[in-house]
Amino acid sequence: MLAMLIRRLIQSIVVMLVVAFIAFSLFQFVGDPINNMVGQEASAQERAELRERLGLNDPIPIQFMRFVGNAAQGNFGISYRMARPVSAVIAERLPATLELAMISAFFALSMGIGLGVYTALKRSGVLSNFIMTVSLIGVSLPTFLIGILLIYIFAVELRWLPSFGRGQVVRISDWWTTGLLTPSGRASLILPAITLGLFQLTLIMRLVRAEMLEVLRTDYIKFARARGLAQRSIHFHHALKNTLLPVITITGLQLGTIIAFAIITETVFQWPGVGLLFINAIRFVDVPMMSAYLVLIALVFVVINLIVDVLYFVVDPRLRATKH
Amino acid sequence: MTTEQTAGDQPLRPSLWRRILDSDLLYSFLRKPVVIVSFVLTVIIVLAAVLAPWIAPHTPFDPASLNLMNGFTPPFSANEFTGDTFILGTDSQGRDVFSAILYGARISLLVGFSAVAFAMILGVGLGLLAGYKGGWVDSLIMRVADVQLSFPAILVALMIFGVMRGVIPPQQQDQMAIYVLILAIGLSDWVQYARTVRSSTMAEKNKEYVQAARLFSVPAHRILLKHILPNVTGPILVIATIGLALAIILESTLSFLGVGVPATQPSLGTLIRIGQDYLFSGEWWITIFPGLTLLVLALSVNLLGDWLRDALNPKLR
Repeated sequence: MLAMLIRRLIQSIVVMLVVAFIAFSLFQFVGDPINNMVGQEASAQERAELRERLGLNDPIPIQFMRFVGNAAQGNFGISYRMARPVSAVIAERLPATLELAMISAFFALSMGIGLGVYTALKRSGVLSNFIMTVSLIGVSLPTFLIGILLIYIFAVELRWLPSFGRGQVVRISDWWTTGLLTPSGRASLILPAITLGLFQLTLIMRLVRAEMLEVLRTDYIKFARARGLAQRSIHFHHALKNTLLPVITITGLQLGTIIAFAIITETVFQWPGVGLLFINAIRFVDVPMMSAYLVLIALVFVVINLIVDVLYFVVDPRLRATKH
Repeated sequence: MTTEQTAGDQPLRPSLWRRILDSDLLYSFLRKPVVIVSFVLTVIIVLAAVLAPWIAPHTPFDPASLNLMNGFTPPFSANEFTGDTFILGTDSQGRDVFSAILYGARISLLVGFSAVAFAMILGVGLGLLAGYKGGWVDSLIMRVADVQLSFPAILVALMIFGVMRGVIPPQQQDQMAIYVLILAIGLSDWVQYARTVRSSTMAEKNKEYVQAARLFSVPAHRILLKHILPNVTGPILVIATIGLALAIILESTLSFLGVGVPATQPSLGTLIRIGQDYLFSGEWWITIFPGLTLLVLALSVNLLGDWLRDALNPKLR
């Protein structure tokens, strides 16, 4: 098991280095960084001095090592567009994205499990069939279209909820701002959270339903019924419990996807998070910002994948046994 | 795929038409009303998009034919100044929304089909290579595939798009945008093909007919393309159909995010993005109609893919 962990760790480091190299080569491809920093009137000599001072004349491998070293310390340079350190801008925007992602994941998980159990227990019910059909449409509907439809219905026609921004936020520590403590902040969160969580909701619901149907057919459920246990206890204590392992795994893996898909939701709702930051960085070719986001999101994915892999071993004793 | 099959026909085999009529696929197709409806809708949208220059009532992106007075005409009613009617209304500059959708679907489908073709050629090629050669070639290709699969397609496509944007000089970016988009979507989606083809190839390459071919010293590329490939087309077709829906959604998402096709050649996603600004002032038709078209297209292709997967899978029959 230790060997496997080490192998996975090395693999993760390789992935991070590859992503870092892509992020680094962005700087090489995209124009001349000097042109982006000095004004039109800078002389050739001033340019050459700046070039030397920034270490742009060093060989590529050394520049890459320096990039990795800086990135490991959270230093990604200065944004071309905002003229501020990239790390500061990202730290400022990150709470908005994390808050949105957490609330969406919670929404997807609770509704997904609930609806999944319901559709599994009432298999041929009218409502179950309706939910399954709607979920098929939900899978085909692009995220941004869901957002626009929700805005049109709840913000434009009904005027119940705000359609953009985070509402009023409260600063609870130096770098964490939350919208959860104000009424306008909470109202602003509803539509983006539903938009972002809907796809995961359908996924979790279908998964729970399939797993439940599988488990309900097994002998120990029949035996529990034969013992005359209450239906409720069988469904929730015996059946649901055994379906949750894959659900937790999938949800864990999906957490990274949620953060990635936040790019779309944040654009639709003008949510001031890192996704919106990244899209604007691509649009304006703000290379330091792009590269920092790439490294950050890759790190999130790699860490989540690693945790899920380790959890497998912790949770499932059979995997541990075979590796000895 | 039909020409391939007739070319190698032997006299004893029944005609192609006969074989289509007798096929299980057609039997299953005709018994699923939902699938027939999806198929018809897909064909209608594809035909309308292909024939857009001939059937569109207006040429929406020719500035000379636009009349600003026609701006914001609601659907199904006459404009209050000019008296012109537009089936689905007009946008801020008096463009006919219906024509814009036809031309937009054309771009969306063009990018979708090209991206799928590109991903398919790349994925099938690498899959055949990995499955047939094995060894370090196989490990290298599959490791890359594993890494890519752990990131969502949208992120991979955005990343490629960002890199390409840096490489291409700004003045050529608008012309190149469609090709960059096809490349980005294609590269984000080849893994499925590679994985499926690789595992089928590994199973096929040990069968007698391949051994026989090898015994006759048929060259490797011929064995792969003429002997093994025809036996793995079923799964490829299923992945390609579902991949088309994904590619169309991905293209529209990227265009919606403003990093896809330029506004001078709007796809469905671009139309939705442009229309979103007018949603708040009540001009819902500018964004809702392209949105519905996209939804119907993606849903139909998805349903077709689902059906194809079940119909071609003998285990489920």
